Amino acid sequence: MKNKQHMPLFHVAKRASIKWYYAFLIRAAAILLALVAAGIITTVLTGLNPFKVFGALFTGAFGSKRKLWVLLRDIAVMLCIAIALTPAYKMRFWNIGGEGQVLIGALAAALTMILLGNVVPHAVLILIMTAASVLAGAVWGVIPALFKAKWNTNETLFTLMMNYVATQITAFFIIIFEVPKGAGQIGIINQSTNAGWFPALFGNQYLLTILIVLILTVMIFFYLKYSKHGYEISVVGESERTARYIGIKVERVIIRTMALSGAICGIAGLLLVGGINHTITTSLVGGRGFTAVMVAWLAKFNPFTMIATSFLIVFMQNGAGEISTAFGLNKAFSDIITGIILFFIIACEFFINYRIVWNRRERKEEM
Amino acid sequence: MEYRVPAVRMQNISKTFGSIVANDHAELTVYRGEILALLGENGSGKTTLMNMLAGIYYPDEGQIFIDGEEAVIASPHDAYKYGIGMIHQHFKLVDVLSAAENVALGLKEKGRLNLKKVAERITELCDQYGFELDPWEKIYNMSVSEKQTVEIIKVLYRGADILILDEPTAVLTPQETEKLFTVLRNMRSDDKAIIIITHKMNEVEELSDRVAVLRKGAYVGDMLTKDTNAEEMSGMLVGHPVELSIERPDPVDPKPRIVVEGLTVRNEEGLLKLDDVSFTANTGEILGIAGISGSGQKELLEAIAGLQPVEKGSIRYIRDDGTEDELTLKDPLTIQKMGVSLSFVPEDRLGMGLVGSMDITENMMLRSYRRGNSLFLDQKNPHKLAAEVVKDLSVNTPNLETPVRRLSGGNVQKVLVGREIASAPTVLLTAYAVRGLDINSSYMIYELINRQKAAGVAVVYVGEDLDVLLELSDRILVLCDGRVSGILPGRGADKKEVGLMMTRIRKEAADEE
Amino acid sequence: MSGGLGGFFAAFFTFIVSFFPRAVMQGIPLLAGSTGETITEKSGHLNLGIPGIMYVGGISGVIGAFFYENSLHGAEPNNFLILFIPFMACLLGSLLMGLIYSLLTVTFRANQNVAGLALTTFGVGFGNFFGGSLIKLVDTEIPSIALSLTSSHFRQSLPFAEKLGWFGKMFLSYGFVAYLVIVLAFTAAFVIKRTRVGLNLRAVGENPATADAAGINVNCYKYIATALGSMIAGLGGLYYVMDYANGVWSNDAFGDRGWLAIALVIFTVWKPNVSVFASILFGGLYILNNYLPTGTNLAIKELYNMIPYVVTLIVLIISSMKKKRENQPPQSLGLPYFREDR
Repeated sequence: MKNKQHMPLFHVAKRASIKWYYAFLIRAAAILLALVAAGIITTVLTGLNPFKVFGALFTGAFGSKRKLWVLLRDIAVMLCIAIALTPAYKMRFWNIGGEGQVLIGALAAALTMILLGNVVPHAVLILIMTAASVLAGAVWGVIPALFKAKWNTNETLFTLMMNYVATQITAFFIIIFEVPKGAGQIGIINQSTNAGWFPALFGNQYLLTILIVLILTVMIFFYLKYSKHGYEISVVGESERTARYIGIKVERVIIRTMALSGAICGIAGLLLVGGINHTITTSLVGGRGFTAVMVAWLAKFNPFTMIATSFLIVFMQNGAGEISTAFGLNKAFSDIITGIILFFIIACEFFINYRIVWNRRERKEEM
Repeated sequence: MEYRVPAVRMQNISKTFGSIVANDHAELTVYRGEILALLGENGSGKTTLMNMLAGIYYPDEGQIFIDGEEAVIASPHDAYKYGIGMIHQHFKLVDVLSAAENVALGLKEKGRLNLKKVAERITELCDQYGFELDPWEKIYNMSVSEKQTVEIIKVLYRGADILILDEPTAVLTPQETEKLFTVLRNMRSDDKAIIIITHKMNEVEELSDRVAVLRKGAYVGDMLTKDTNAEEMSGMLVGHPVELSIERPDPVDPKPRIVVEGLTVRNEEGLLKLDDVSFTANTGEILGIAGISGSGQKELLEAIAGLQPVEKGSIRYIRDDGTEDELTLKDPLTIQKMGVSLSFVPEDRLGMGLVGSMDITENMMLRSYRRGNSLFLDQKNPHKLAAEVVKDLSVNTPNLETPVRRLSGGNVQKVLVGREIASAPTVLLTAYAVRGLDINSSYMIYELINRQKAAGVAVVYVGEDLDVLLELSDRILVLCDGRVSGILPGRGADKKEVGLMMTRIRKEAADEE
Repeated sequence: MSGGLGGFFAAFFTFIVSFFPRAVMQGIPLLAGSTGETITEKSGHLNLGIPGIMYVGGISGVIGAFFYENSLHGAEPNNFLILFIPFMACLLGSLLMGLIYSLLTVTFRANQNVAGLALTTFGVGFGNFFGGSLIKLVDTEIPSIALSLTSSHFRQSLPFAEKLGWFGKMFLSYGFVAYLVIVLAFTAAFVIKRTRVGLNLRAVGENPATADAAGINVNCYKYIATALGSMIAGLGGLYYVMDYANGVWSNDAFGDRGWLAIALVIFTVWKPNVSVFASILFGGLYILNNYLPTGTNLAIKELYNMIPYVVTLIVLIISSMKKKRENQPPQSLGLPYFREDR
């Protein structure tokens, strides 16, 4: 029999399941390979000893007490945005509008601080700020959800555009309230009164922020895993048909979940303004809304795993600050390394979900 | 009789998928200038056999001869080389493209794309065979029958002279069917070989020259259509009655529970799927629904469960105390809130009844998670229920945390049925409850259904295996093309008679009277 | 008020003659980005790495130009090489980026959003890092790097442009990359709409299973569409530095133009030929605030910058409401294709 069929060397098949330690090994190997690749690239690009550069990453991240707190603070913000996006992703709603939702929440907090800073008592002000941020973020999240639920408008593109609308609205208000006139920036808000500033806990300025995020993380974990709402989110995400079969109102779940997702983004904005920066700029979020997408995805949407993934990313970014001073390198170097590590981890998921089956050679030998 | 070389001769073809034997030494012969009807029940291996001819699957065993020469058909591309084209049940068309663009798709012709020329050739083909098609019309604007036309044209355009049509009339209206038949007859005059898969007896009689019958993957026989009749064909199709010895206790005190009157349902494409269906489902009784697949069974159950928009008619629920509730056009949640305990085992187990990636406990929650005022889920009771279901129905699973998609078909079904009967329903709707299950699992499901019946539940059982329907049901409702062709008592029902009613014979006979 | 209506028109004309070329120059990078992204999206891949790719395209060109200029040591540059080296460097850089993306999303079937965002992180970092390194090499006070020699070659307009007055200024005053990008956009539109390859490409993005069944090599189309799209988008980065920015690279100066390019894809409902005009419109809106009458509130000017995004949103919403099938995103946009999933 003439069989001219070309037999490929291997084919790819979906895995039915994978042992957790095997998956863990694949991921660990991917990170290791990524570090090796990053090291090689470091040497090639800069001629520096990669170990020294990696060492500098550590001093940059953990080098002093202050650096450590800054690291924790930045992890907290990243984590907060990541857990905010998670309910939406569990529902397979591709919200890449975290950037805008955080910024609009931050703007709401900043405006409240400016407008009511000297009007209401300190504690009340923080409450109003919180309400304003939550509301603003929720609105920003619900708008694309409404269109998705009603007309199935593509949510990825919609949320992406909403980011820049938020940026320009923020720019608008920055000019309105600029200090001094013509400066084009707001500067530190309520510098003299500290109204609306989060109080320091045990003498630490960032502790409250970190605690809030930790509490939120635990809450979101339980919400998704143990609450009825969380259960509905999973069902809608897995199969809309099943959801309808058991009587879930899919549209309502989409809108409700995006309100939540946006609201927590709003809280992240509140933390940035009230707890950390005490000012607002259009670059306040600084791309963290996008990075958080990757943080959440890398953690397979498990809020606790996100602590680790946000640590990984923030560690890279903060540590790189040290690289720039120690070696005279550019801070953007961390983005390159982060990118490389992400590429490896993204690619390794393939080997967790699929397996490569080497085709037997028997038939070839026959010929 | 002069000897002719057959266009296609398939010999000793076997194909297995895992442990399931789809074709068992099947054969098939078709000549040019002939329409062959390939007849068989669901799962009799018709489509698999034809897919091997069209290059979708490769046979495990056996040979294919095209015009007397042995042929190796390893891909659809190979099939085209031999002039074989298949029109699948599920169309492979790109919606936003026009008919001409779809036809030109993937063609490896030389020169630049000239859609005008393609369109001209399409019009030529249309004229030649009597189609009606605007080559510039977009697919999404087309009716199902027009889409089918595009598929046929696509095959003809590539020069196929051996055509396979897989249940082409399942989606067509009677008028469209008539048109298609005219076209097929024209093709026959053009000396093409045509194989049409169907299980509608009247179509076989009307259209085909010869008929071949498959049963359980094996070849039963073939004969000239003019030499046979519907009775003989049904007999070959369903085979001899098989004794299954399924228990059938007598119903205790049956009372009307669900009353359906004049139910009319259209699907998304606007095709009439149920036409004026009326019946009553009684407590403590199993109402079997027989019919060839796609006769409206799915729509019927989904309409009762509140998942299908109803065009006309009513569905009423009668409580023990005689009060009535309207279920028509209520969604599942409303029905549940009305205190109507209705359970539904849908055909699509993992796509509708269960969530594949969730474990058994989480799947148990699907029905019950709303209970209680707490914001949080009650995990204890579902977990207990999951353990009970696994134990009582001997579900084979490593543990309760295994995602159900990893379980075998039988175990998936046990989980689904176990959950649905756990809520102590008053109505139980099941669709193809034993499809793909082994003998033991099947008997366990029959047993469970019988227990529900004994508990006074009104059971509606949609099945495809007539032997089972005949032994399990107290009454059998036969659907044909969305209409009730009759309701008969299950005890003493004649298999052949039901088979005929499924293909409308009895109704037409009744009309003539 | 002396000229009356005539005076008004004369003033308006002068304004247009000065405004239009600037809008075009703003528009070209967007056009390149959106043309590249459209080709990629037509194959079913939403490449959110476009902003990063454009950065890489720009910096690659800068690197090529930098080393060529430095190798001259004051000698006269070769008129061909000074264009060819940065041009090829740009194409190579963006091609590599496109290949990373396709490897991850086509071969490894990774989530497109995540892969795209990672690519943007990487690309922007890559651009800023090398930008920074080069700046350090030059050791200037200003944090930027100026390649005026290369730029002057890239900006070379047609010799007779200046003789043609306003017409020359409006239509002939641009460097060759601008014309190349416009030609590419029209070509892309033609190929997608009228040719066999384009037809097959559209089928791949709409319904890969059908394309596969029709004998089209789905993965091959996806790879080529992504790689080609990336190279075209990269040209936008090159044009921005060499032409628009006069050869001056400063970190982060490219800004959010990459995202605006993606917005443009939606705005033009996946039609690069429409994008030629829409990009000028977007470019005009981008710089409109510079042309508002003096005295306009600065805050209001910021709101004007919002217009491109808002109109894009409106287009997205309207097209989803009208459900006109031709104006929807490619049906399998964002979904990986695995034959055995069927």
